[in-house]
Amino acid sequence: MKSPMEPSKNPITRRRLIRGGVAAVAGVAGLAAADRLARRYGLIPPDGAGIYGPGETLTYACQRLLTKNTPAREFSRSMISKNPFANAVAPPNDAFKRLAAGGFRDWRLVVDGTVAHPMSLSLADLTGLGLHSQITEVACEEGWSYIAEWIGTPLSGVLREAGVLPQTRYVVYTSIEEGMWGSIDMQDAGDPHTLLTMGMNDGDLPVGFGGPLRLRLPRQLGYKSVKYVNRITATDNIKKFGSGKGSVDPDYGYSWYAGI
Amino acid sequence: MRVTHWLTFIAFVALLVTGGEIVISHPRFYWGEVGNVNTKPLFVIPIPSSRSTVPTGYNYEMPDENGWSRALHFEAAWVAVLAGLVYGIYGLWSGHFRKDLIPARRDWNWPAYRDRIAKYLRRAPPDRVEERSYNVLQRTAYVVVIFVLFPLMIWTGLAMSPSFTAAFPATAALLGGRQSARTIHFFVSGLLLLFLFVHVAMVALSGFRSRMRAMITGYTRDAEEAP
Repeated sequence: MKSPMEPSKNPITRRRLIRGGVAAVAGVAGLAAADRLARRYGLIPPDGAGIYGPGETLTYACQRLLTKNTPAREFSRSMISKNPFANAVAPPNDAFKRLAAGGFRDWRLVVDGTVAHPMSLSLADLTGLGLHSQITEVACEEGWSYIAEWIGTPLSGVLREAGVLPQTRYVVYTSIEEGMWGSIDMQDAGDPHTLLTMGMNDGDLPVGFGGPLRLRLPRQLGYKSVKYVNRITATDNIKKFGSGKGSVDPDYGYSWYAGI
Repeated sequence: MRVTHWLTFIAFVALLVTGGEIVISHPRFYWGEVGNVNTKPLFVIPIPSSRSTVPTGYNYEMPDENGWSRALHFEAAWVAVLAGLVYGIYGLWSGHFRKDLIPARRDWNWPAYRDRIAKYLRRAPPDRVEERSYNVLQRTAYVVVIFVLFPLMIWTGLAMSPSFTAAFPATAALLGGRQSARTIHFFVSGLLLLFLFVHVAMVALSGFRSRMRAMITGYTRDAEEAP
């Protein structure tokens, strides 16, 4: 014999309906408030829309709050990798080959955008701003990693020289390699570890590792550290660049923010 | 409670598939802080890679699916973590962990486990108490998954994040380094997959339809199961 269904312990009563309605309204209002706060404090990444937007935003916002004052991990000299791995790069274009032939003496880093004094700096100019060194890890999104000593001048020093205007929200960096570019928020731009890198392990930065000039960001995965950088543009509107998602990476399905 | 179970299930499947995709881009595992194709691996999964820079012995490159895999992996991780948070708070508050999951004190001994294993091997039907609650083996499996494996997954996952380890260097250092964390992450995902297989097999053996109904609606229809 088939017994009747067990009587439901949760009949829909008016009280339950009202309570549910109030909870739903409070939930939506709470989300809207969180969204406004996040926008105000710059916790939404440029690619924070679309189906993966909530995940990207949660990760970026949480890590931004966590890493406010914490530099990347540094390692002892004995931990420097004996055989660092240089990932594959596209064959150099003619402009790069010409500059390489001249020993990169004519390499220029253009600094423009929302700055008081746009500049064009040679590698010697960058060296003149003061060299720093750090022993940090390169971690690729594929899973591999190595540790090296990196020598260069902090991006923050260059931005100070150029006089970044207060409305600036992002710093865009562009490679001589066609289509390669990225951007960082002001927290990463001001991080002393964000290094315009010219040397590696007591030598010049090899071309395979991004020489003569690579922007190293040790708190993010390797793909954010763009090689062959020849332009730095401060901006208050990241939407004007490329497809408006902050870097070339979202065009290939990768996240703008690569702290994880 | 049941909603968090199914959210976690969906998230886990997404994490498993995307995690596998990411492994394909570098199917080599290491121990310590660093590891790459120029260093000696702990072990290598003998599959083709989605990157030409990884020597696999295959003359074939898999399609690169890392972009969306990573995005979905982290979004699913957030779903699992938030569902786990709700479940954890509710479990503590309602006494679910104490009443239903932690094995009874008298069962903390080998004979209790041995008897239950023997019962499974005989395929003996559950007794009256077990019909309404979990037996000692179920309890142990659930406790290990909820309080050991899932937290370990989160820990080893965070230990691979260059930003998170900048804030909390010990997350990576305590495990022996970033590559150790990645290797543990891989093995624990294997243990969770094993749990999923056994869990689903047990549900199937005890009557897939009636168990599923219980897992989705929360009610059992005892009368219908009787012949």
